[in-house]
Amino acid sequence: MKMNGARILLECLKKEGVDTVFGYPGGTVINIYDELHGFKDIHHILPRHEQAGVHAADGYARATGRVGVAIATSGPGATNTVTGIATAYMDSIPVVIITGQVPTPLIGNDAFQEVDIIGITRPCTKHNFLVRDVNELAGILKKAFYIARSGRPGPVLVDIPKDVQIAQAEFKYPEKVDIRGYKPNLEGHPKQVERAIEMLLGSRKPVVYVGGGVILANAAEELTKLCNMLEVPVTTTLMGLGAYPEDSPNSLRMLGMHGTYYANMAMTNTDVLVAIGARFDDRVTGKLATFAPHAKIIHIDVDPTSIKKNVPVDLPIVGDVKDVLFKMIKEVEAHPDKVKAFKEATKEWHEEIAAWKAKHPLTYKHAANVIKPQYVIEKLRELSDPDAIVATDVGQHQMWTAQFFTFTKPRTLLSSGGLGTMGYGLPAAMGAQAAFPKRQVIVVCGDGGFQMNLQEMATLVQNRLPVKIVILNNNFLGMVRQWQELFFDKRYSQTCMEQPIDFIKLAEAFGAKGFQATKTDEVEDTIKQGFAYDGPVIMEFKIAREEKVLPMVPAGASLNEMVLNA
Amino acid sequence: MKHTISVLVENEFGVLSRVAALFSGRGFNIDSLSVAPTNDETISRITLVTRGDDQILEQISKQLNKLIDVIKVIDFTDGSGIEREMALVKVTAEDESRAEVLRIVDIFRAKIIDVTPRSYTIEATGSPAKIDAILELLRPLGLKELVRTGPVAIGRGSKGWKG
Repeated sequence: MKMNGARILLECLKKEGVDTVFGYPGGTVINIYDELHGFKDIHHILPRHEQAGVHAADGYARATGRVGVAIATSGPGATNTVTGIATAYMDSIPVVIITGQVPTPLIGNDAFQEVDIIGITRPCTKHNFLVRDVNELAGILKKAFYIARSGRPGPVLVDIPKDVQIAQAEFKYPEKVDIRGYKPNLEGHPKQVERAIEMLLGSRKPVVYVGGGVILANAAEELTKLCNMLEVPVTTTLMGLGAYPEDSPNSLRMLGMHGTYYANMAMTNTDVLVAIGARFDDRVTGKLATFAPHAKIIHIDVDPTSIKKNVPVDLPIVGDVKDVLFKMIKEVEAHPDKVKAFKEATKEWHEEIAAWKAKHPLTYKHAANVIKPQYVIEKLRELSDPDAIVATDVGQHQMWTAQFFTFTKPRTLLSSGGLGTMGYGLPAAMGAQAAFPKRQVIVVCGDGGFQMNLQEMATLVQNRLPVKIVILNNNFLGMVRQWQELFFDKRYSQTCMEQPIDFIKLAEAFGAKGFQATKTDEVEDTIKQGFAYDGPVIMEFKIAREEKVLPMVPAGASLNEMVLNA
Repeated sequence: MKHTISVLVENEFGVLSRVAALFSGRGFNIDSLSVAPTNDETISRITLVTRGDDQILEQISKQLNKLIDVIKVIDFTDGSGIEREMALVKVTAEDESRAEVLRIVDIFRAKIIDVTPRSYTIEATGSPAKIDAILELLRPLGLKELVRTGPVAIGRGSKGWKG
């Protein structure tokens, strides 16, 4: 059946099972929006900024494991998506971004609202396409979704000129995709798996180090099973939080710059380190020369470029971590005697770790007269639903959330790990809430990051998305202030945001509800009121202004050189 | 260490810039680069010369392989390939030096492709080392202009890149 390009696009989205898109209309996508009018299979959400649209699609993808979709017009609409795309790229999130483009005869002529978005997004997409012929549109979209979700996932941009949207073609959606240059290696080599288990069972001080790749591969269950079978200590990156239950006795919680003392000490002393779906980011390793100095390293990742990029690896396994973990479980099950001996041999190691845990637990000084942010996070955990989704922005509040919320399930933390994008949290929470209207979705922000995309309050209200917005307000760009305090002699250059904002009135201006706590004994009631309100709500907590995120590994220092109290 | 790498890519617009951007974006160096379609018109072949230690070369190869449009990456450094480069050289040739230029051209089996009373333009092909050698001899006579293609490379033996 013949149809125009715009309609073909919508039919392709439908074939891919897309139920929600986040998009912003404009001149070069007006034909898509015309077709969307009355198209019942796709629910469209109109954010107030294209950047937020992509973050929302990203939040939708992180929360559901499906591909998020965003639409933007050409020129400024397309360039506004770039931060969202780069955010998704750094954290390997499957998102398809559709941009309009000026008609093909005008491309390269500096036409109104023309920009080379393919060139601009080349370094921050997994791949991108410019559609030149309507007959190629369906095939390209099939490829785009396949590339976005397979192997190491990532964002894919499809730029569709206006005349391609108008031109007619026969709609035929390909059944299969075959890209000769793209064959992700998904199956871990059985011999390598065998060697890995042998190496692991031979260790005396093992640590499993888990990244977001385990969550992306939906392999949290396998990871938990394997680690529990072996009773092996597990630490996760920020992106890996939730892959292994943090309330488990084997959990070392998060490692790295703001990780726990005991996770970092374990990394420094381990003899066999099993890295799974993690990429040895500098925020995790600290000074590379002294990172895990005694360890043989086993590295499991679907992306071969991640292996040996930052640290030398003794045993690489390229493959989908779900497949590799499944094979590892089978291998462990085949050797019950060795497992028994391993557990016996690692007893001392567990005792050593328990001593570190007792010596320097994750803690803070409670105060009655001023609200401690860590206390707010602890109360949020206590009062929220067990399956609540928590999005964060970037900064101190993000680290306090990572440290004190206790994540036990995958896909319950949405946070910009790689790029560290301020303004990410609110729209990401919006995307998650659109995917799960009935689940509790909380976003924890600082006062700085919240102001970067606060316009999305309007989207929440319009779409009845009851996101619970928590603002930890210290009137500072807190993390930079912390660095200025510790490393720049308290010269607080441009990090103070003293201009008072009435966040309650702001919430009301958007048609939402606002609550505020200024004292510690108001925290619990404020959270209860916020959670009880049927709709989007701001809960503002006036927190201790110069509270720091601790412990901390200063940039460039070794993991065992943590600042515990400053 | 210098490496000559062949990259077989989809013959589509923008592929070269993807490859070049990969090098610039990750701080890898490209010494030379040449690109043209192959006997299969859907495939182009990029020959590039880069340098780095084993770890950098491994990353370059992996990163190139990761590009969706890249079909195959071949590193010829182990002597498994034959390299040829072409240079066009405009050299000052007046009075007694004209004969000297002709002798050099003859020795290197190069060709004179343009003549004026004051210059010869020479076409030389061969391994990059041969091009270096002829240039070394011509340079004292006065090089006016030089264009080098950078090497292209092909595997030795009867097998094609598909094996």
